[in-house]
Amino acid sequence: MNTMLKVEGVHTYIGQYHILQGVNFEAKEGEVSVLLGRNGAGKTTTLKTILGLTPATKGCITFKGQEITKKPTHVIANSGIGYVPEDQGIFATLTVEENMKVAMRNEDEVTMRKQDYVLDLFPDLKTFWKKDGGLLSGGQKQMLAMARAFVGNSQLLLIDEPSKGLAPIVIEKVMEAIIDMKKQTTIVLVEQNFMMASRIGDTYTLLDDGETVHSGMMQDLIQDEQIKRKYLGIG
Amino acid sequence: MTTKYQWNNIFLTIIVIVLFIFPFVTDSRTWTILLTQIFIFSILAMSYDILLGYTGIVSFGHAMFFGIGAYTTAVMLDRVEPTVGVFILSIATGMVIAGIISFIVGLLTLRLKSHFYAMLTLALSGLFLVLAEKWRSLTSGNDGFTFRAPEVFKDRMVFYLVVLVCLVVVYILLRRFVQSPLGHVLVAVRENEQRTKSLGYKVLHYKVIASIVAGVVASLAGALYAISLRFVNTSVLTMDITLDALLMTIIGGVGTLIGPIIGAGVIELSQHYLSGLAKDYPIFERWIIFFGILYILAVIFFPSGIVGTIRQAFHKRKKPRVVEEKPSNSKGES
Repeated sequence: MNTMLKVEGVHTYIGQYHILQGVNFEAKEGEVSVLLGRNGAGKTTTLKTILGLTPATKGCITFKGQEITKKPTHVIANSGIGYVPEDQGIFATLTVEENMKVAMRNEDEVTMRKQDYVLDLFPDLKTFWKKDGGLLSGGQKQMLAMARAFVGNSQLLLIDEPSKGLAPIVIEKVMEAIIDMKKQTTIVLVEQNFMMASRIGDTYTLLDDGETVHSGMMQDLIQDEQIKRKYLGIG
Repeated sequence: MTTKYQWNNIFLTIIVIVLFIFPFVTDSRTWTILLTQIFIFSILAMSYDILLGYTGIVSFGHAMFFGIGAYTTAVMLDRVEPTVGVFILSIATGMVIAGIISFIVGLLTLRLKSHFYAMLTLALSGLFLVLAEKWRSLTSGNDGFTFRAPEVFKDRMVFYLVVLVCLVVVYILLRRFVQSPLGHVLVAVRENEQRTKSLGYKVLHYKVIASIVAGVVASLAGALYAISLRFVNTSVLTMDITLDALLMTIIGGVGTLIGPIIGAGVIELSQHYLSGLAKDYPIFERWIIFFGILYILAVIFFPSGIVGTIRQAFHKRKKPRVVEEKPSNSKGES
């Protein structure tokens, strides 16, 4: 499988704080790569750095073989990277429809097919099509955020903690949706919920204090009690 | 079934018809002039709403564009000839100049964070004020100058109707603008700039577009204001004009377009009545103090403005309702 995204020796500062201190990982086409680690390990910052929201000060990020390290966010997004932030980033005063249209940019056949696909995946969005984004429930907002990132020109989705603050039944729905989306796109997932991460993920990268400490196949991690206990506090 | 949207349109149409009929059924010169002022400041406040309400940009330099419109019309009517043709040409010229300046200013300043941008616009507006004061050969400085308006505007009723037409046209155009995909991107920028960037939008471009639209509309308001007074001086470039626009927008309700029109009405009428009370109660000679109190109370108790508060009350009364509407499956449907 081709490498879709490669992150090599990335360092990032936020103000005076040295958050990322050497992050390395690869995301291969059609796979779900999961970033794991404790709170404050640098998982969200890694996603933001890939997207140029908190630009890297050192290291190299390549997407489909092109370096994107120093490019502005909108150029990186337009090159085919979609982002689902931790807080979902729904435009509260725009309706579900308007939120989707803002993300779609154009309404060609491919995009409309993508829209139909996500609306089948998340039927709630169809029901609340004319409702303001701010009035949706937490789970519906998460669905809208994922749908919005998917309908854009995205070949890679960066999804940040999709299970955060959601009820177990909704987490199940979101997880099924990600498993389905995996057939159509490459995903880099940040997830604290190890049960969810282990069911969805193909590969994992463990971050600790802003640097990569382990990476490999998810199946290996599931069986490695020592690493899980040491870095995730589980097992 | 008639939707809420259609009811709003019917209501607005009735108000516009009443306002059109108004000068034919009354010969009150005071009311005609007062309503003309309200219409002019409504146009200015709506232009400010594009910046503040729809894009989340706080500008302290909006008077710059109002002043450009006022001076362009005044100078052209004074130096060329006071005809309707020159009047229309002067409005177009003012809009082009305002558009170019807002483009340049926007491109240079809108990269900054909001408070730095606000400060810089204040400085630039001050620069234009000083320029107008010093360029006496063109502007006659602080003293200003009177000029002749086109003959047709000698009848106050005609001017009233022209300004009302301008208000209606500007409202319709701006409403179409904010409801267009471009308008939705502006709202997205206001709500979450980073998120809009990560959807692939170059946010600066959209802010500059909003700035140009606001600047061009403000210059139209300035041109009409100059004609209404047949006089212009540097007061059209002062901070007071920007503050008026800001407060009209806040009191009426930001991000609503109709709110700034109501805000302009409330403020102009309050100014008129409070200053009128000064004959009987000397304390009202300082009516601006009451205005200050009104602004503070409005911001504390009605942060969403008049329209926003009414909408909230309306939504509270209504039971939550699920709107089941099938999304479009093909291009062009919505």
